[in-house]
Amino acid sequence: MHIVVCVKQVPDTKIIKINPKTNTLDRRSAPAILNPYDAHAVQEAVKIKKELGKGTISVLSMGPPQATAVIKKSIEIGADRGFLISDRAFAGADTLATSYALSKALGRISKEMPVDLIMCGKHAIDGDTGQVGPGIARRLDIPPVTNVIEVSELNESENKVLLKRKIMNGYELIQAQIPCLLTVEKDINSIEYAPMSNMIKAARYEPVIWSVNDLEDVDRTQLGLKGSPTIVGKMFTPPKPEGGKRLEGTPEEQVKQLMGLLSDKKELFLSQ
Amino acid sequence: MSEKFDVIVVGAGPAGTSCAYVCAKNGLKVLQIERGEYPGSKNVMGGVLYRKQMEEIIPEFWKEAPLERPVIEQRFWMMDKESSVSFGYKGLEWGKEPYNNFTVLRAPFDQWFANKGVEQGVLLINETVVLECLTENGKVVGVRTDRPDGDVFADVVVLADGVNSLLAKQLGYHKEFRPDEVALTVMEVVNLTKDKINDRFNLEDNQGCTIEIFGDSTKGNLGTAFIYTNKESINIGVGTTLSSMIKAKMKPYDLLDYLKNHPMVRPLIEGGESAEYLAHLIPEGGYHSVPKVAGNGVLLVGDAAQLVNAIHREGSNMAMASGKMAAETIIEAKSRGDFSEASLNQYREALYQSFIIKDLEKYKDAAHTFEHYPQYFKEYVPMMNRAASKFFTVDGTPKKEKQKEIMKSFTSGRGTIRILQDMYRAWKAVK
Repeated sequence: MHIVVCVKQVPDTKIIKINPKTNTLDRRSAPAILNPYDAHAVQEAVKIKKELGKGTISVLSMGPPQATAVIKKSIEIGADRGFLISDRAFAGADTLATSYALSKALGRISKEMPVDLIMCGKHAIDGDTGQVGPGIARRLDIPPVTNVIEVSELNESENKVLLKRKIMNGYELIQAQIPCLLTVEKDINSIEYAPMSNMIKAARYEPVIWSVNDLEDVDRTQLGLKGSPTIVGKMFTPPKPEGGKRLEGTPEEQVKQLMGLLSDKKELFLSQ
Repeated sequence: MSEKFDVIVVGAGPAGTSCAYVCAKNGLKVLQIERGEYPGSKNVMGGVLYRKQMEEIIPEFWKEAPLERPVIEQRFWMMDKESSVSFGYKGLEWGKEPYNNFTVLRAPFDQWFANKGVEQGVLLINETVVLECLTENGKVVGVRTDRPDGDVFADVVVLADGVNSLLAKQLGYHKEFRPDEVALTVMEVVNLTKDKINDRFNLEDNQGCTIEIFGDSTKGNLGTAFIYTNKESINIGVGTTLSSMIKAKMKPYDLLDYLKNHPMVRPLIEGGESAEYLAHLIPEGGYHSVPKVAGNGVLLVGDAAQLVNAIHREGSNMAMASGKMAAETIIEAKSRGDFSEASLNQYREALYQSFIIKDLEKYKDAAHTFEHYPQYFKEYVPMMNRAASKFFTVDGTPKKEKQKEIMKSFTSGRGTIRILQDMYRAWKAVK
């Protein structure tokens, strides 16, 4: 089984600051990290490989040269190898142009080793769109399954996979044909503390970097800023939530008040 | 089966990275292990980087390293409650190549430095804690990390794990600190605009200033405070020995607050936004506290070897120099194929012949003297301030009379004999 995980380098939005004048992210104010959902996707691929006892995990990313850091991070988690597509031609891409570029890179990867499963995080924490995964699936004409919280069963001989995906009021079980593309939620697994051998392998690993010339059948008008029809009309920082009730008194009194308030709200305990 | 390295360096501060860099540059297979998320994430220092020792490792580093400002002015304040006697030196030649020293922010600087090591071939692993040294027949043969299948092996293990080196303690090289052997320094990085910094400190864009403050900055206890200018922030901190903190029943952050609100200091940082708060133990035992630095298959460098000159506030330079000396020893030991204590003792000899141990020896009794005789900080600093105030106040008194009065106020306070004793003692401690 050959699994390709698409990963993205993002600023750590837990600590990032917003430029109050332009309302854009001040990317220098936060370190760049592996998108947390993507980390779970890599971890799930590692789990699948372990259960099958064989397989290859490749990771693919698009970004500036320093994005090799997230490929190395993926190797720490347990991926076998990684590819970065990096070129000025890709710069300024929206989700449409990004999924186009990644699908071309996937084309090159699968030419060397056919791909059975593509995995992505459910969205990147800097954009929150969740469109690139399904965009890739559409271009490769394979089924996308979003918001996966469990890979319940994987039948290699019949090319079938049983998946549990999160929906509004619960979850649904889906059987999909392999090859397919999954985007995963964080609940799908917990990131394991990587063994020392992975750490050494990652420190030593040099990801393959492809420029646009290394990809085949590329229509350059569909790349980068040129291939991006998205226009940002307005950006604003969401207002801080207002209202609410502040409890006063000693901690004991506050807890007592809180318990009283909660027990009055019966609807909190009735759903599911 | 774990692979074997030539060298494992524990820690990615200035000492560890200097050692790893020089080893890798000379073709050794180096594994460097850092517990923080990235090098520098857990490291703390006041913020002055000395050019000389850094340059000996990476020539002309200032052309690419993430530095804040070259220091062109050093000020010293003898501060009382509402006054301060100051002296200093400002030299524009320090603002040109090859510079004297620089202010730096540790997180970007350490990351850059460690990355230079990686470029030389160092395998750097972050977010990994070394739990213990692995020994075999009395020789250190590797380390055990907290990761699954976490044992790794090497001919030499270099402990650069900082002041409170747990690994050196496990090996029995360190004992627990006495409270008078370590200082606790707390500091803040305060964000201020470039223009405000330039105005308040009388600087231009690429000029920095350092202020060392004695006296009331520590409420008269043994220690100092400092203010360093970065590009768009100020490092302000204060440190005293743990023992004086205990004796005076002071809390470190209260002392920092006291300093920040001191009328001599407040105008410099007014309106600034606190960006970071840091605290760090600094070994101040000096010469007497230097532990065994070389054993069978193991070396101690930097803070882990307690190499800090408390009087001159030098530490990172000693860390770098010791890291380099350790590396040179390892390279020669490798060519001999001998990593025994006798072979690695070359490092100890190099250390003792260098400025590091010579400086520590020069001041070996200084901290102790000043701690034991609190009058230096508690009485003389206010006395100097009173004298300066008297001398410079224009009130119609002839200057000669003023001098007489000043001398009288000195001698009537402590008495001529005791003043002479104090002077002799201080001179002996730092001569």
